[in-house]
Amino acid sequence: MGDRRATPRTALPAASFGAASVDIYAPQWRNFIFVAPFLFFFTTLLLVPLFWGMWLSFHKADTFSSGNFVGFGNYIRLFHDKVFLQSVWNTFYFVLLTVPTLALIGLFLALCLNRRTRTAAVLRTLFFSSSVLSVTIVTLIWRIVFIPNVGLLSTIYGWFGATAPAFISDPSLAMIGIAIATVWWCIGLPMMLFLSALQQIPQDIYEAAALDNANRWQTLRSITLPSIKRTFVLVVIVQIVLQFQLCGQAWLMTRGGPNNLTKPIVLYIYDTAFRRWDLGMGAAASEVLFILILMAAMAQYLVTRNKAGQA
Amino acid sequence: MRAPAISIKGRAFGDRVLLALVILLSLVMVAPVLWVIGLSLKENAELMANPNSVFQAPYTLKNYINTIGTSSVFVWVFNSIIVSGGLTLGTLILSSLAGYGFARLNFPGRNVLFVIVLFGLAVPEQAVLVARHQIFSMLNFHNTYHGLILPGLSASFGVFLMTQYFKAIPKELDEAAMLDNAGRFRTFWKILLPLTVPAQATLGIFTFLGAWNDYLWPLISATKKDMYTLTVGMASTQTNFAQSEGIGFLMAQAVFAGAPILIVYLFFQKYIVTAVSGAAVR
Repeated sequence: MGDRRATPRTALPAASFGAASVDIYAPQWRNFIFVAPFLFFFTTLLLVPLFWGMWLSFHKADTFSSGNFVGFGNYIRLFHDKVFLQSVWNTFYFVLLTVPTLALIGLFLALCLNRRTRTAAVLRTLFFSSSVLSVTIVTLIWRIVFIPNVGLLSTIYGWFGATAPAFISDPSLAMIGIAIATVWWCIGLPMMLFLSALQQIPQDIYEAAALDNANRWQTLRSITLPSIKRTFVLVVIVQIVLQFQLCGQAWLMTRGGPNNLTKPIVLYIYDTAFRRWDLGMGAAASEVLFILILMAAMAQYLVTRNKAGQA
Repeated sequence: MRAPAISIKGRAFGDRVLLALVILLSLVMVAPVLWVIGLSLKENAELMANPNSVFQAPYTLKNYINTIGTSSVFVWVFNSIIVSGGLTLGTLILSSLAGYGFARLNFPGRNVLFVIVLFGLAVPEQAVLVARHQIFSMLNFHNTYHGLILPGLSASFGVFLMTQYFKAIPKELDEAAMLDNAGRFRTFWKILLPLTVPAQATLGIFTFLGAWNDYLWPLISATKKDMYTLTVGMASTQTNFAQSEGIGFLMAQAVFAGAPILIVYLFFQKYIVTAVSGAAVR
């Protein structure tokens, strides 16, 4: 692979032999200085921990010592740990609850708000605004919505003489409560991604459709949706990657309870590594999460690359 | 409320249904926040007696005065400013230099290195968390500002963004300067860097916001109360979420912490949306 590229590069200086300083694009070691500072931090704080983590996952380790080699021992313990398996299931369940909801509501909002009116602009600002809040504030807001007695939900139910569902304490509803708060928090990004895709559809297609007397439903089905199919896939993958990393909401709203039913993988890693100080097993769990996320990221890469290739 | 497009007769009904749905959803967005603001303005005893009292006077600012009176909040805000500001400054410097290097200069192994940096985009924080924590323990970096700032400097997104941006600038600009024997750094500093201000703004706001809202790493690294960032500090007071006391106080704290960010968002909306969408799609 490298051979074919090497030929023109060596030929270049020979072609421009006359001028003394024309070889500004020739490879030079001193140019490396510009990227060196970043590469230093990148290597020491990302690559080294990444490989160190892999190494740790094969060892029995605590904070200050890196203990004995145990082979796949940590992984075997991990897959025999009911709590870990529960947390994997919880994470998938959470992704299943949030990702389709985010994609569909995001698409709906984008379709409705893709206009040049002031109202639409204000509403776009509004729907994105929750995204800039921190997880601490978002969970505080939603706990106060769900809390019995003074909660917004129980107050509204109270007006109709009903009792609100206990979204945080009921085992079958707790994850749904976390999912609702998450959708509220994250809806801005899918909406914006869909909006920018909608704006790239050439207007003349719509004009042609209008001349053919196509109604709105036909236009939506045969023009709009097909043109943003790829964006839809992209939004779904981006959200899968993001929501796989669920942690703060579950920790702050339910502490992973009741009965570990809302404990996601990241919280399991946190518990194992930083509360039980079983670093080897925590590292093994984080490798499992890494592989899951890497698969989604690969899918994203393939989708975006195809898009670039077509354009 | 002004309806956007109910002017065309045939579409009126469908548009009204859609509009109603959008307004319903926007109520879902707004109502929880209004509820929080309402609670923050009420006396606690009154709330406990009857939550519907939110809708009637008297209102009080007592909860806000208590929030400001709790000195820890200011310490946490200060910590958050130092950490987010430091990380933003560092990211801008590192990313601009590296972006220029990757986009304009050639050095042995450039393409391979760039691919490795791109691979960094796919590595989630959780995959390196445990090892990073152990390394920082050995170096005694926990509960320090640099311990909170450093991990963020390894993020590839800024380099990726700046490289793309430098590549989009016409080559003739700096080629001319370089042929005039201006040094590489001078060319970078005097000619190219001023052109990247929009990208710097986008990256800067994005980095600041991300650092300000970060929760996981500060939770693990800052374990002393006076090193908490605002997110971690607020979360720590949330844990005493006894229903009987201080709901209004907690709500005032949430408003106090959330309002500045929302105001910043209103001013820099364009940059924030660009950066967040850019980071997602890459």
